Amino acid sequence: MLRPVMTWIDERFPMSKMVREHLTEYYAPKNFNFWYFFGGLAIVVLAIQILSGIFLTMHYKPDAEKAFASVEYIMRDVPLGWLIRYVHSTGASLFFVVIYLHMFRALLYGSYRKPRELLWIFGMVIYLCLMAEAFFGYLLPWGQMSYWGAQVIVNLFGAVPLIGPDLAVWIRGDYVVSDATLNRFFALHVIAVPIALLGLVVAHIISLHEVGSNNPDGIDIKKNKDPATGKPLDGIPFHPYYTVKDIFGLVIFLIIFASIVFFAPEMGGYFLEHNNFIPADPLKTPAHIAPVWYFTPFYSILRAVPPMFGSQFPGVLAMGGAVVILFLLPWLDRSPVRSIRYKGPLFKVSLTVFVISFLLLGYLGLKPTNIWGQVGGTDVATVVAQLCTALYFLFFLSLPIVSKLDRTKAEPDRVTS
Amino acid sequence: MKLILVMVWSVLFFSGLAGAAGGGYTLSKANIDGTNAESLQRGAKIFADRCLSCHAATFMRYNRLVDIGLSQSQIKQYFIVDDSVKVGDTMKSAIDAATAKQMFGVMPPDLSVVSRSRGADWLYTYFVSFYKDEATTTGWNNLIFPNVAMPNVFSQEQGVLRAIYATDDKSSLSLERETQGSLSARAFDDSMLDLTNFLVFMGEPAAEKRKQIGSLVIIFLIIFAFMAWAVKREFWKDVH
Amino acid sequence: MLVVSTGAVGAAGALAAVSTLFVSMAPSERAKAAGAPVEVDLAKLEPGMLITEEWRGKPVWILHRTNEMLGKLGETAALVSDPDSKLPMQPKYATNIERSIKPEYLVLVGICTHLGCSPTQKLEAGEASGLGADWSGGFFCPCHGSKFDLAGRVYKGVPAPTNLEVPPHQFLSDSRLLIGDDAARS
Repeated sequence: MLRPVMTWIDERFPMSKMVREHLTEYYAPKNFNFWYFFGGLAIVVLAIQILSGIFLTMHYKPDAEKAFASVEYIMRDVPLGWLIRYVHSTGASLFFVVIYLHMFRALLYGSYRKPRELLWIFGMVIYLCLMAEAFFGYLLPWGQMSYWGAQVIVNLFGAVPLIGPDLAVWIRGDYVVSDATLNRFFALHVIAVPIALLGLVVAHIISLHEVGSNNPDGIDIKKNKDPATGKPLDGIPFHPYYTVKDIFGLVIFLIIFASIVFFAPEMGGYFLEHNNFIPADPLKTPAHIAPVWYFTPFYSILRAVPPMFGSQFPGVLAMGGAVVILFLLPWLDRSPVRSIRYKGPLFKVSLTVFVISFLLLGYLGLKPTNIWGQVGGTDVATVVAQLCTALYFLFFLSLPIVSKLDRTKAEPDRVTS
Repeated sequence: MKLILVMVWSVLFFSGLAGAAGGGYTLSKANIDGTNAESLQRGAKIFADRCLSCHAATFMRYNRLVDIGLSQSQIKQYFIVDDSVKVGDTMKSAIDAATAKQMFGVMPPDLSVVSRSRGADWLYTYFVSFYKDEATTTGWNNLIFPNVAMPNVFSQEQGVLRAIYATDDKSSLSLERETQGSLSARAFDDSMLDLTNFLVFMGEPAAEKRKQIGSLVIIFLIIFAFMAWAVKREFWKDVH
Repeated sequence: MLVVSTGAVGAAGALAAVSTLFVSMAPSERAKAAGAPVEVDLAKLEPGMLITEEWRGKPVWILHRTNEMLGKLGETAALVSDPDSKLPMQPKYATNIERSIKPEYLVLVGICTHLGCSPTQKLEAGEASGLGADWSGGFFCPCHGSKFDLAGRVYKGVPAPTNLEVPPHQFLSDSRLLIGDDAARS
């Protein structure tokens, strides 16, 4: 029954070939661990966001007069609208959780190293798109945090020398964040960025399957092939092995996802901020505004850099630089080994300090700068943020030296479990 | 490197201690139960009778009160004063915006989602923290919302409280009862808890349903997780 | 066996998740509220007069028919295609010659059963209607020329296939009509 249909299709479209290349005969290392769940999860979250987003778009109104009310309309009047909205808002935050863990995995096992530089760059562009997507989407509920968050971030572009003020006005389409801004952010959020994201995800996967997956040992499984079959000795077909494993991982992830959606959709004000239940008021800024948690490490860096020459621009540059420097990772790491398993103490300490700095920056970005009081007229938190910013950049800048000087261990020939 | 780490952690630790001793009024815990239909109905009645005269709840439909155990005809009979208002309509304020602005200087905020921006504890504390203050235009003030434009609409029931200043600079004050209200202090607090309970319900009417569906979804997922684990183990038994 | 049952459970879960998305496309509370039953006061509706009310976004006509108008229904019975209202275009309680609960009050959805235009009222009989001297009063659809009599019954040989729809309705009292809800009757 199915076979003639498949033959018919295969004569016109490489269906079976694609299934073989990407699933049944895509050989993945058999030693994937916990950290290798997050790539697949990211695809699932993307699908969840697109699906829930389509149905939210059916009820949402991108109009400054109506946006806030239409979100409450979804929450109350649309059948199960609250569920779709919570899935979308929770999905946004969990997308970043998954992506950050996915990126950290690359950091642990050197997945960005040759020949996976382009794979890493595609991933970084996806991350940039995701930040844009989240930023545009966050304006749409048109609450106080939406409004003032957008105001502050758009004004960052205003700090660019010479063209800054005009650039900010052009982005907003108005002199303040307004209906025009909301309307264009809606267009970018529901059409432009999602299309770019989908294309990039395809490119990311094609390039992954071209070079093959890295693994926790950081060694190349294609070096040890079965002479008879030509298949990697340490590889197993992605399907069925990793499909069944990933489905199990996905269900565990969905349990966490559902727990948040159904029992803590606001997540204590971190996923849905309390002030965002107050409609946007261009005349009144809330006492304390902070970006959503996934932006706060970079926001902290922005705040930590003091204005120089009467301009905010250095802070903006530092914040941009903090993201851009990640692109360079494949060329900054010069270690003879990929995986942290065989790297020396220098790298391990360096990475630990980096992670702590990043988390601390994220935490501080959520809080007012006076949270830890003052010493000698300066906010303690600001000093800590400055220190963490320095450590953040130091990790990357010292990496060529650290990775060269480090006492690495010898990589094994075959993967270990 | 390690030295820096120690420094970071010690700064973290000590500043944490310093931050804990901050000032500000502590909010009273609003001990409410979103499944208590009677409390919600009493709260809804207070809300419709007292709050809707100046505030609106433009996202809340009267017929949503069905969710807290009221029938359509009860809603019509006890909650809707104006004959032209249908049970499917949203809760509009009895006074128009211009009059309200003239009376209070500000537009009384819409209360549909006030519980989501303020939180239950804040609302409850706010209701019970009005005190007499001749220095303000309304003659009332509030501990956690200084110089609020709203008068104490429940002074009949609550009686009148007055501020007692503990220090000369008036930075710290406590409340003392001046006159007795028509309700005992206990009964008044309970009625304000009912009102808070209703406002929380109104902030997210689907909340109880959300938790019910959630339990089923999670039970389903846990069962499915075991099955998925078993399948995974079955396929992987020959991978070494 | 294990794989099949796990697959089935997973598919059921996925189906349930996707169905929530489609459930959200059903009419919202706002749409339902706008479509709520409409109460009409008939005290001021003189014989021979017609008022239009909005119910679910559609025009609903309430016509207070005179005895003369009711008399015309016998005349038009031969001209219309479904004189006894055999097709279910009205609730059971309005399946009679007058197509109404009380003979004098006709309640109709003012939407042509052909392609959804709203017919114009040609209540007066004769030449004045512009539909010829033998017109006995009724409704005329400007879009494609369908004609209906004073009980909303469709004439033979016009595009509209069925009589005009009688919406569910009931009398709350002698002079108060409720359109859209006939709970007390059924």
